This record gives sequence, structure tokens and C-alpha cells, in this order.
Amino acid sequence: MKQRQRGLMLALAPFVLMVLAFQVVPVFSMLSGSFRSSDEAGFTLANYRHALSSAYYMQAIKNSLLISVLSSLIGVGVGLLCAYCITRFAPAVRDRLLMLSNMTSNFAGVPLAFAYIILLGNNGVFTLLFKQWGWSVFGGFNLYSWSGLILVYVYFQIPLALLLLYPAFYGIREQWREAASLLGAGRWQFWKTVGLPVLSPAIFGTLGILFANAMGAYATAYALVGGNYNLLAVRIGSLVAGDVVTQPEMGSTLAVLLALSTLLAVFLNQRMVRRMEGFGGRIPARQERSSGRSNRRWPAVREEAGP
Amino acid sequence: MNTRKAGFAPRTFMLLLMVYLLLPLLATGLYAFAQDWQNTLLPRSWTLSWFSDMFRDIRFLEALWTSLYLCIISVLLSLAVMLPAVFVITVYFPRWESFMKGIVVLPYAVPGVVAAVGLIRTYSSGPFDISGTAYLLVGAYFVVILPYMYQGIRNSLLSVSAVELLNAAELLGARRRTAFVNVILPNIWPGVMVSALLSFSVLFGEFVLTNMLVGGHIQTIQVYLYQRVGESGHLASAIAISYFVFILLLSAVLMKLGMKIKGQAK
Repeated sequence: MKQRQRGLMLALAPFVLMVLAFQVVPVFSMLSGSFRSSDEAGFTLANYRHALSSAYYMQAIKNSLLISVLSSLIGVGVGLLCAYCITRFAPAVRDRLLMLSNMTSNFAGVPLAFAYIILLGNNGVFTLLFKQWGWSVFGGFNLYSWSGLILVYVYFQIPLALLLLYPAFYGIREQWREAASLLGAGRWQFWKTVGLPVLSPAIFGTLGILFANAMGAYATAYALVGGNYNLLAVRIGSLVAGDVVTQPEMGSTLAVLLALSTLLAVFLNQRMVRRMEGFGGRIPARQERSSGRSNRRWPAVREEAGP
Repeated sequence: MNTRKAGFAPRTFMLLLMVYLLLPLLATGLYAFAQDWQNTLLPRSWTLSWFSDMFRDIRFLEALWTSLYLCIISVLLSLAVMLPAVFVITVYFPRWESFMKGIVVLPYAVPGVVAAVGLIRTYSSGPFDISGTAYLLVGAYFVVILPYMYQGIRNSLLSVSAVELLNAAELLGARRRTAFVNVILPNIWPGVMVSALLSFSVLFGEFVLTNMLVGGHIQTIQVYLYQRVGESGHLASAIAISYFVFILLLSAVLMKLGMKIKGQAK
């Protein structure tokens, strides 16, 4: 028996070692770093106080929150509409449409930023075309700014929203609709009083995932605006691995704040999923496999959508 | 919900969505084949020279090779470590599974930037100074693909009823290691292949950790692409589109494999 146990432990040892070395220890190192100041020893909250009072860091936090909230809301809005539309198609067409939408989710990060530069950058194809055609509506648009970032973020949010939301529509039974219409409810009234409340856990859960996804997105923003736009993820990157002076303690502090926000969002999502199960509706793609991190996680979601 | 023929509104919305989603891809593709594209809706003349330039570019080939071998080594390492560990946990210590779930969900919920901060702090000084080396990157990659590997292996084990299989093998006199290698492994292999390929495609597209941990020292395909964005647009789009096609082929293989497994299960 003793030897049996030893064999089992031996099989587990490398795994425990790797997780400790590359996951647990770094997390604690980051946490301890955030409570330490660069010039004095011992525990201190100075970094947090500094992060929350400095106008510069607050701007980064505010920009990140704003862009995440806005792009998630737009993503969920468009996702809801398209998810409803997609349920109206025959299954074969539906699967093909979903496959196309998932395919585009591979196109994220640096290549995505690059595609947008080709299309709408300073010398982008459309930029030049619009100029030639004299369409001044787009004259004020600048890809390397707030509006450009929103556009690109929304692009990678929509396929994810669609994928997470469309199964929820299958939780709405045809009978409910018939019952509602027998009782005299119109289409709009049905969605207001029955449809949307049933969908609401899925909607809030998806919002959480999209929010976390946008908060953590680094590659797209970094490739598009570099250090020119003050975003939390990009700021952390330059504080820790920048070309100029690095401030690992400050970077750790901001990283802890960022992690708190995404953990909270994912937690919200998990709560909502549990609620959905209570409804007996189908859960939007098993959450633990698809909770948002960066856009590079999406292949996991893609697998879910397979027939 | 009924699924009769889609009406006018759903068709229009889906068409708009597809145009929106596919436009950047299409533009990148056209740009990669275009010789001269300015002030017109479509390129005026076409060429394959950007692709031939790409394959003559030593830095590109080196970056491609670096990406391939780093991803393959990481996936192999993960297989070697995870297969026995997940097997032991699923079969002998099912009570630890909720704890495992916590460990495995963490890389999802915590963005890459945050993970990089901790890794840099831990390994840039002190007894383990491996900053900027491939060792650090492979370790970081191991954590990135942890969720995919764990879920994939665990699901395969459960779907072939590993516990019963193992009992049967031991009843017939096989030793535990023999049973694992000769009975369990061949049965879960297709499922494990799917998660290995999936992990590979995730790592192939990884940029945040690579750039922050080893950006200055090791060039993967993503880092190379990033550096190229500012230079020749045509060459970079040829690379971007090749990358995309490669990932697409990989996911097609994945889907075929996944369907095959599902077909067998039925």
C-alpha cells in the first residue's frame, strides 16, 4: 500500500512543481510586490494610495473601464440581435454562419490591428477612397484614437457574444410564445415580459465575460496605439517590461487591480450560469472553458460550437 | 423555437454582420496579393511577389521555426506532465477535483498581462534568474494551456470510463503502469490529440506573454509580425494571411477529429 501511494505521488510531483513555479509563486510575488515600496522595506499601502490618487493612473483605469463597458454593451446588443436572427435560420445554415463568425475570432490581436490599419489607418484603403470620393463624414475618424479602439474592440467582442448568447434563445419554448399570444400579448409584450427576463442571466453572464475579455486585451491595443493611448493593460506592460524605467511595484499594484476587476466579472458570470441552470434553459457554452481572458482564448469557444 | 425559412430582417442583419466580420480579413487577403492598391475599390494589378518575398525573408523563417519549436516543446511538456497527473487525480483522488478546477480556471480569469507581471517579478532576480530565456516562456506557456489540457484529458478519461477499464485490466493481472500505458492511453489518445492541437493553436497566436517576457530576445511569429506592421504593409499582410490560413487548417483538422470522436462514442 505504501509503495502504491508513493507511485501516485511521483506521478503528481511534476505537475505540482510546475503549477507552483509558474502559477502560484508568481501570483504571490505579484501580491507581495504590490504591498511593498521600492525604497523602504516592510508592508505598505502606499502603492495603492498612489495608484488611486495619481491622475495618470486613474486615467488609465478610467479609459480601460470605459472602453470595456462600452464595447461589451455594444457587443451584447449586436450579439443579442444576431443571436435571435441566427435562430430563425435552418440548422444547416445556422451552423455555417456560426462557423464563419467563429473563424473570424481567430483573427485577433496583432493581425487584427494590422487589418484595421490597412483598411482605416492613415494610408488605409478606405481612408484614401473616402478622401477621394469626398466623404467628409469620416474625415474626423482616427483609427489610432478612442473611436478606433472601440471599433476594433467591438469587432472581437461580437463573435464571442453571439456564441455565448445564441444557445440561450433555445431556452425560450415555442409554447410560451403561443401561450402569451393566446392571452393576448403582442410580440413586443412577449419579449418584454417573458423573453428578456428569461434571457437576462445569459445577458449579464455574457456581459461579465466580454468585460473581462476587453479589460485584459493587450495585443490589439498595443499593436494599434502602442503607448499613445493610456490603457491599464498597456500601462502595466510598460511599467514592468518597458524600454525606459521599470517600476515593478507599481506594475504589480495595477496588475492586482486589473485582476480584481476581471475576477469579479468572471465571478458574476459563474453566478449567472448557476441561475440559468435553475431555469432549465441551455447554458451558453460551458463557462469554465470560455471565460474571457484575452482574445487568444477563443479557440476554446470555437470547439464548443462544433456540431 | 421553430426554424422555418428565415425572414427578410434576419437575413439582412446576418448579411450585415458577415460583411462587418469578413471585411478586415478580405482586405488583408487582397492586400497580400495586390501590387498597386490606391484610390480604387479593388487593386489595379496583382502579384505573388509578396509571398515569395516572405519565404526568402530569413527573419521570417527563423521566427516561424522559433514559434513552431517553442509551441511543440510546450505542448509535449504539458502532455508529459498532465497525462499522469490528471489520470491520478481523476481516478484516485476525485475529491481534489474542485480544487483542481480552481487552479485551472485561474489562467482564464487572469489576463496575460497580469500573469506576466508575476512571472517577471519572480524570475528576473534571485536564485532563478531565467528572465528572457526560453525556459521562462515554456513555463508560462504551460500555464496558458493548462485549462485546455486538463479539461481535454479529464473529459476523455471520463468518456472512456477509465476507472472501470482500469479495474478490468487489474483484475486480469495487469500492473497499474502497464494498464495505464497499454489500456488507458490508447483509448484516450484521440481526445488528447484534440486538446494538444487546440493548445498548439492557442500558443501559436500568443503575443502578450511572449512580448513581455522574452520580446527582446526571442522572436516568435507574432512578435515578428508586430515589428513588421510599421514597415511593408504588403509583406506583413502576406504573413498575416498565411498565419490565418494555417490556423484555419489546424481548426479544420480539430473539428474533423472532434467529429470522429463523437461518432465513435455513439
